[in-house]
Amino acid sequence: MLPLAAEPTTLQVVWFILIAVLWIGYLVLEGFDYGVAMLIPFLGKTEKEKRVMVHTVGPVWDGNEVWLLTAGGAMFAAFPGWYATLFSGLYLPLFLILVGLIIRGVAFEYRSKHPDTRWRRAFDWMASIGSFVVALVFGVAFGNFVYGLPVAPAAPGSQLFVLYPSPYLFQLFVTPLGLLCGIVLPVLFLFHGSVYLALKTKGEIHDRAEKFAQQIGWVALAGGAVFLVLSNVVVHPTGLPGLLLALLAAVALGGALWMIRQGRDGAAFVGTTLTILFVAIGIFLTMWPDLGFKDAMGGAASPLNRVTAASTDFTLTIMLVAAGIFVPIVVAYQSWVYWVFRKRISVNNIPDDAAEPALAS
Amino acid sequence: MSAETLARWQFGITTVYHYFFVPLTIALSMLVAVLQTIWVRTGQEKYLKLTKFFGKLFLINFAMGVVTGIVQEFQFGMNWSEYSRFVGDIFGAPLALEALLAFFLESVFLGLWIFGWDKLPKHLHLASIYLAAIGTMLSSVFILAANSWMQNPVGATFNQATDRAEMTSLLAVLTNPVTLVTVPHVLLGAYMAASGFVMGVGGWHLAKLSAAAKAGELTPKQAADLDAHRFATKFGAWVLLGASVGILITGDIQGKIMTEVQPMKMAAAEALWETEQPAAFSILTIGTLDASAPIFEIKVPGVLSFLATGTFDGKVEGINDLAKAFAGGRLINPDSQLQAEAQERLKQIGVEDWVPNIPVTYWTFRLMMGLGFAAMGIAAWVLFTLRKGGLPKDTKLWNWLMIAAPLAPLFANSTGWIFTEMGRQPFLVTGVLTTASANSPGVSAFEVGTTMVLYTLIYGALAVVEVGLLRTYIKKGLPEVVEPKVLTDDDAPLTFAY
Repeated sequence: MLPLAAEPTTLQVVWFILIAVLWIGYLVLEGFDYGVAMLIPFLGKTEKEKRVMVHTVGPVWDGNEVWLLTAGGAMFAAFPGWYATLFSGLYLPLFLILVGLIIRGVAFEYRSKHPDTRWRRAFDWMASIGSFVVALVFGVAFGNFVYGLPVAPAAPGSQLFVLYPSPYLFQLFVTPLGLLCGIVLPVLFLFHGSVYLALKTKGEIHDRAEKFAQQIGWVALAGGAVFLVLSNVVVHPTGLPGLLLALLAAVALGGALWMIRQGRDGAAFVGTTLTILFVAIGIFLTMWPDLGFKDAMGGAASPLNRVTAASTDFTLTIMLVAAGIFVPIVVAYQSWVYWVFRKRISVNNIPDDAAEPALAS
Repeated sequence: MSAETLARWQFGITTVYHYFFVPLTIALSMLVAVLQTIWVRTGQEKYLKLTKFFGKLFLINFAMGVVTGIVQEFQFGMNWSEYSRFVGDIFGAPLALEALLAFFLESVFLGLWIFGWDKLPKHLHLASIYLAAIGTMLSSVFILAANSWMQNPVGATFNQATDRAEMTSLLAVLTNPVTLVTVPHVLLGAYMAASGFVMGVGGWHLAKLSAAAKAGELTPKQAADLDAHRFATKFGAWVLLGASVGILITGDIQGKIMTEVQPMKMAAAEALWETEQPAAFSILTIGTLDASAPIFEIKVPGVLSFLATGTFDGKVEGINDLAKAFAGGRLINPDSQLQAEAQERLKQIGVEDWVPNIPVTYWTFRLMMGLGFAAMGIAAWVLFTLRKGGLPKDTKLWNWLMIAAPLAPLFANSTGWIFTEMGRQPFLVTGVLTTASANSPGVSAFEVGTTMVLYTLIYGALAVVEVGLLRTYIKKGLPEVVEPKVLTDDDAPLTFAY
């Protein structure tokens, strides 16, 4: 067994940061497409308005989701112990996330394939509920990472760790931060998503999105403030850096609300993006050095941590070279695609439904 | 049932289901790209119609591949946490690289292709489907490198202190002979399924239209459609025929490598219980597949020797001899450093039975080959029928063959994978890590069982929707198209919209 107090190598530190970057990319990008999808049944009054909403995220949502897959893959490659324990430990929550991702994914593709109102309403709800479930469960999970999930060896002397006690399910929902974050994250995504929608549309749907953002922004600000104080002052203080990040997050969130109330969609979107960025950095700060775990037996440090969970420096080096080359390339072409679709759209851009035959039974 | 048995079933169900969509995703993307290229080059409307038509069918399929694929990436950790911990240092890297290099490429550029018809100039728009197609192909390279490492673990060492496999050479992992031959074999398998699909859909329409043509009742639109479908059918048939030849060659090389690095799997493919020299190939055995005598069998002398060793009188080791030798300490692949170093550990954990499930390996191997040959035969028949301007008759047989054209290679893909994975048993990593010792100890049978039932229900419902949509859009036939052009008016309706 490796000594628990082993110092992390530079590569382990770098990979922890990179994984945080990938998660932040996911939360920022899919954050708004979850928000938009959640709102489809509520903000789109006509079929064409709903289609405008789908169009704001249609070209990009799938690429956004790859940030999650890459974050998961990077955890597997760089910290196999982290991936193994977390993914098996949070078995049922992850199952819920997968179901959410499945139903929202097919909804985007299939709603357009048949011009029947009931068919489309069904897929609108699947997109909405699926996105909500994913945001809710990730919120609960991240809230609990701040406390640390209790781990113990799967068997005496085993290098494999399991959450203790197993199954670890109901415990997730009785922590104040878990519950709070489970509510705040969907609300934050609703705010982020409605601001994005306002930014990407014009006409009535734009006005409605902006109005909704002006309201949900207050809820996000109130919930976010309680979360930041609880997290950084009561549950897991990380000193000055944590407080500074909390302050920045609060300022960004307040700024976003102020900007959207001025009708400045772009500035507000920068605000909500920065909010997610600062909140996520703050949470990842609490996950260092124990990766969001703690010793189930009450020890001071988690036996599963950035050293014991990590891959060899050889593998980490190879991966770092690949990431160093390809992450910038990915960011470049994904940004370019956003630029291609930069124009605001409205119901005028949506053609009438082509007459299509009834669905073969 | 134990959590471990259920986890095996869950992996089997979700993976086989996922792989119904993967071959079309990989190869149809490229075939659509080729159709679009012909349109860009010639400017003829029929190629644009075919691009849009098969593009839409491709997208209906693609969505399913994406959403069922996420389950795959998560379930290693969820159901096989000891496996993930043990192999993460090697297996995790290709998975992460797959996401970073392949998934981004395919997802981002496919989004651009779908919504970019009137946003991008023609050539740039065409490039986006190529990039997406290259992404899907790259994805298969990485995942096959990972899978091939499980079949033949090279470039790795066993670390006693961390109790896991660790990478020593990336080059060795990437140039694993199993990877090098599996990548083309799997890609060609994907091309067989996708070209069978193009040929089947085109051929089905062709038969309907040819009936109208005979009666002299073709409208101008139908005449144009007939011309387009004729092209699609022949295009699909030629690709199918070519891919079939390629798959025979790569499959042959695979057999020889398998004999070297996984001799038990080769014996299991044949239900060859006793060592033979020369070894006959069994076309069909009726009766029990265990060591007792078969009731009826058709054998071709020497052919198994040729498949396994390249000579007609080579020795092929039987299941019983191999099991005895492995239990006595012989390494499955004598060149594998990891197998040698992890042997002590394996002994402590214990191997219950060195023999895979023989009926499954025997029949899936035959189904794979039989279905592949059937697809090849259909392609040859279609080309024969269409020679010199010939048209098919709208007969039941023809229509059944057109339905079989995509399904036969698709199921050959499935049975090939079932053979590959079942033939590796009792191991997850050949000669190193048993499946029985690699599941998640903290996950209960209740959790695995419940989620398995729910996955199956959700997947079943999605299959109904997917097949319904495919049928609708296939029957609907070629769409009306307008020449796409880059829109400059911000308020103009898009020519393509969801």
